[in-house]
Amino acid sequence: MTTPSGAGAHAERAIVVEGLTKRFGDVVALSGVSFAVEPGETFGFIGPDGAGKTTLFRILVTLLVPDAGTARVLGMDAVSQLWELRRHIGYMPGRFSLYPDLSVEENLRFFASVFGTTIEREYEQIAPIYSQLEAFNERRAAALSGGMKQKLALCCALVHRPRILFLDEPTTGVDAVSRREFWELLARFKATGLTVVVSTPYMDEARRCDRVALIQRGQLLAVDTPRAITESFGRTLFAVTAANRYRTLQTLREFPETASVYPFGETLHYTDRRVERSPDAIADDLRRFAASRGLSELTVTPMPPTIEDVFMARMGTAEQPAAPASRGAA
Amino acid sequence: MSDATIRATQLTRRFGSFVAVDGITFEVRSGEVFGFLGANGAGKTTVIRMLTGLLLPTAGQATVAGHDVYRESEAIKRDIGYMSQRFSLYDDLSALENIRLYGGIYDIERTELRHRTDTMLERLGLTRVQNDSVGSLPLGWKQKLALSVALLHRPRIVFLDEPTSGVDPITRRQFWELIYEASHAGTTVLVTTHYMDEAEYCDRISIMVAGRIAAIGTPAELKQSAGVESIDELFVQLARPASDHAAAGQR
Amino acid sequence: MNALLGLLRKEWYHILRDRRTLFVIVFYPIVQVMLFGASVRTDVRNVRLAIVDPTPDATTLELRNRFAATGVFRIVSVTPTDAPLDHLFQTDTAQVAVAFQPRFGERLSRGEAAQVLVFSDATEPNSGTSRQIYVRSVLQAYQEELGLRAGALRIVPRVRSRFNPTRVSANLFVPGLMAIILTIIAALMTALSLTREKETGTMEVLLVSPLRPWQIIVGKISPYLVIGFLSVLSVYGVARIVFHVPMQGSLALLIVEGMLFILVSLSLGILVSARTSSQRVATLAAMMATMLPTQMLSGLVFPIESMPRALQWVSLIVPARWFIVIVRGIMLKGVGLSYVWQETMILAAMALVLLVASTQSFKVRLQ
Repeated sequence: MTTPSGAGAHAERAIVVEGLTKRFGDVVALSGVSFAVEPGETFGFIGPDGAGKTTLFRILVTLLVPDAGTARVLGMDAVSQLWELRRHIGYMPGRFSLYPDLSVEENLRFFASVFGTTIEREYEQIAPIYSQLEAFNERRAAALSGGMKQKLALCCALVHRPRILFLDEPTTGVDAVSRREFWELLARFKATGLTVVVSTPYMDEARRCDRVALIQRGQLLAVDTPRAITESFGRTLFAVTAANRYRTLQTLREFPETASVYPFGETLHYTDRRVERSPDAIADDLRRFAASRGLSELTVTPMPPTIEDVFMARMGTAEQPAAPASRGAA
Repeated sequence: MSDATIRATQLTRRFGSFVAVDGITFEVRSGEVFGFLGANGAGKTTVIRMLTGLLLPTAGQATVAGHDVYRESEAIKRDIGYMSQRFSLYDDLSALENIRLYGGIYDIERTELRHRTDTMLERLGLTRVQNDSVGSLPLGWKQKLALSVALLHRPRIVFLDEPTSGVDPITRRQFWELIYEASHAGTTVLVTTHYMDEAEYCDRISIMVAGRIAAIGTPAELKQSAGVESIDELFVQLARPASDHAAAGQR
Repeated sequence: MNALLGLLRKEWYHILRDRRTLFVIVFYPIVQVMLFGASVRTDVRNVRLAIVDPTPDATTLELRNRFAATGVFRIVSVTPTDAPLDHLFQTDTAQVAVAFQPRFGERLSRGEAAQVLVFSDATEPNSGTSRQIYVRSVLQAYQEELGLRAGALRIVPRVRSRFNPTRVSANLFVPGLMAIILTIIAALMTALSLTREKETGTMEVLLVSPLRPWQIIVGKISPYLVIGFLSVLSVYGVARIVFHVPMQGSLALLIVEGMLFILVSLSLGILVSARTSSQRVATLAAMMATMLPTQMLSGLVFPIESMPRALQWVSLIVPARWFIVIVRGIMLKGVGLSYVWQETMILAAMALVLLVASTQSFKVRLQ
């Protein structure tokens, strides 16, 4: 399914996690999470805020200790072998975490020195990104645009040639253009055999990864290649377009055979409860029902499901507010 | 003047020598859901600040709900609602306390407030946890509550700044249903977002690039005339040249 | 009106629910007032008295006994001449001295005036005056008892003005002020620096690197030591130029001691901020750990010997207490390392203990 791209003789996996659990007071951030990442893979964690992505990453980069379970990164235990492991990890935390009052060059120089190397020595390695930043060498990090900050942070995470790179929501809050550029940059590093682990709330970014894990409320909903995940959807998915989207949505909700109907951009994604019924028949049923409610011009076409469709199907319901345990307010 | 529109003509804002908003002209119609898109630093936040009465323009004209942004900023604040991703509710107060606070700020009569409060909490399914601190609620619920609170005083126009950032896909859609409901009831909604599929939910959208409006129209129109399949691609087409420009040291 | 009431209510909720700040706001003034009350004692106790008695006789012996019997004084030396007095004051062995005129008893019995010189250490003019008054009262009581006519005992107050020629209280106060300023700034600097990294998120990246806690701590402290050097110089400069505090001793020694003191405070700043990631909390903690003890218990304002025993014990661990002794000694009395080596060792030991403690309590992870 996945091919390690010749990252040396290490036959062992880049990450092996088993039964990982982490609690913060009453809140369970991670619950029995297990998965593995092969060397050279680009592995993505897809999930919204609060799913547990940051907690998971922090455990893997040795910043937190799990309450239960084991985590081995590059063959080393993330709890007991933290000092050895830290030398080989590149980490970009969720928010901008470089020194705002230092310049681009000063930041990079600092991180190089902390790992016992210099910019000059590693120039070739980081050139793809650094070349885009060099024009701003003197500028303070605080004065950089959002996209530039991301690039600098990536640079600093890579300058010491880590064997594995953890990027926690690198594209969050960044516009579409910068997002694309970022992924293009990552692709170039992948070619060097670097294992990259990314987390993102944007479901469409799943297709940029070799394999993904869908994560929600501290649990993994699925772990596989994006393609395999979409193929596991199980039902036929229909794209329904209509003139009045909102009214159509309400109407379809009233249709007795509706399993799910959600707005997706211009269309509505619809699944039917009757798994054996043919797609054509279902389409007819819908058009007839809509017409009976005064809605015409309904087009119903089967379509391949997206990661988001699968995520929502596996999620079940939206997260509920916590039980009365959290009576914090006066 | 009873009016739920936004009109801006040659609206400009300078910060020293930097032109954040460069003479934009656009209109948001009554009851519309208008998507206000743009890259970070393109000027979106500045425009919103000017329209919500938080910042005076340097030049140009604008009216919000019929009020002039230069002379009637206080009147504007009474007639609009605002919700941003960064902040909208006090984490250490309960849902109920937050609602009451805003009810007081907007001078809603007591029995009417109570009625609206109960309705809102029930609609959102928060009655059971109304006394829990908002900070303890999951993000999606917080956002939905924040939106409802922004609509509490029945404003004519509501500004939403990246309201669904980081929220799970199901809750996001529930959120947009709340937006549709509001729009159906006649409220004009101006929303900014980084989710390009949400742009499709809007009646019309505009895309800001380097302080100017590069495109404005319905999603379908814009995609067709640019020959692209998705708003995402349209965005890249428009915004990329500008970001290259910025990278060359202009910013 | 509703809006205003709503706002007021909201602000109350914020205050009541921020337990940490509330604790400090309520607790701090109470502690300060209690300490203030306990430390302020204008009555004098345990005063070290030196006696100069060139010709001891029944009268002088009687008076010496009386001094001892009051419980206010503790006789630390009896000598025939006043030669040792300089040394006794310089080393803080004596705080007040009484010198009887030669043939004291004889003069009195002949009906002549007999002179008593009373020396007080002018580095503490306030206490000096109280001590003088006590001595005077003992002597006058004796005078009355003997039925001597008033004025038979000629009591002449003298002040050892060598150490404090102008008797300006700035000389007393400013060394203490130096201590308080240096300690607050130093502790704040490191506390803020550490928590700022935590707040901006850069600490997270630092932690994931191979950097060890001791490296991070040394890295944090070192530049502030350099700044500390400059602080000591500037505070010293102000003391000399603006307040005209004399400088009898070695500037080099003062600077070194100052930097040692700053090192202690820097380490204290690291220690108090190890457990918190909020700059605001760190500021409060640093201030409480330095300002409060230094103000109240270092001997800056209230003499230590006048404090209740329990507080005297506590003042032993206040670094400023030792530093003030050192500064006063160097600047006002001109002593060298040989006199203040004990205080110096204590400060050095404190620095060592605090550095080790802060390294241990520095978290290598986020939790």
